[in-house]
Amino acid sequence: MQLRTEWVDDLMIVRVDDDRIDAAVAIEFKDEMRALTGEGTGDVVLDVSRVRFVDSSGLGALVAVLKALLPDRRLALAAPMPNVRSLLSLTRMDSVFQIMAEAPAAAARARHG
Amino acid sequence: MAERAVAPVAAVGDAPPRGGEFRLCFPAEAFAVRTALRRAVARFARRIPRDSAGTLELVLAEVLNNLVEHGYAGQSRGLIEMELQVDGEAIHCAISDHGREIAGLADGTRATKPCPVPSDLPEGGWGWALIEALTTDLAYRKDGGRNTLSFRVPLAG
Repeated sequence: MQLRTEWVDDLMIVRVDDDRIDAAVAIEFKDEMRALTGEGTGDVVLDVSRVRFVDSSGLGALVAVLKALLPDRRLALAAPMPNVRSLLSLTRMDSVFQIMAEAPAAAARARHG
Repeated sequence: MAERAVAPVAAVGDAPPRGGEFRLCFPAEAFAVRTALRRAVARFARRIPRDSAGTLELVLAEVLNNLVEHGYAGQSRGLIEMELQVDGEAIHCAISDHGREIAGLADGTRATKPCPVPSDLPEGGWGWALIEALTTDLAYRKDGGRNTLSFRVPLAG
């Protein structure tokens, strides 16, 4: 998986540079995210603005990453495309992830004024 | 004159094939599924609304992933046949394999609905619920060793 990490204070921003989180890469994605987020203690923003497709296996991996962070840390999904939002809504998982409309680069700039 | 050959393969569903067909046979393997999805969506991208293309890709992914994970589990890799047709109202889909029966469909059980309680979040189990929510005319047929799941993905208005 192509995952690009940057930090804003203790907020970790991970951008997914692959265009799919699907059954073919779900386990790899989950393992890599767990390894990456294991380094920090703060909340995590996953920038999915470049992700064109997520299936239920990919969604399962996202939930696994969220569960590994709970209860002390949160996982936000930033800038999901319409069909990814639709999947989150259909499965009611939009209520368990924080959804950010903006890409995190913009959010980070806003944080720093 | 000798017997004439039987006309090849009837249309899927009862609608005449209009606007295009797509057939593909590929191994029951995750990356082969990816390629099949990409080709299927590319085939219909210009003929159907974008929302419908997204729905088609998701539904096909759930059906095909289920076959890869369960239908052929524990067996040597089998083949999947996918046949799609679009008309003015829907994409007609038929997916065939020679793997194990789909237990959930055979005995009429349903996938459990997601229950978003943070302490007990499901990490899966949405596949069949999504297929049922996004398709119509879902039917399962077993013919000898061949299993066929057929359904329609309605085109977005």
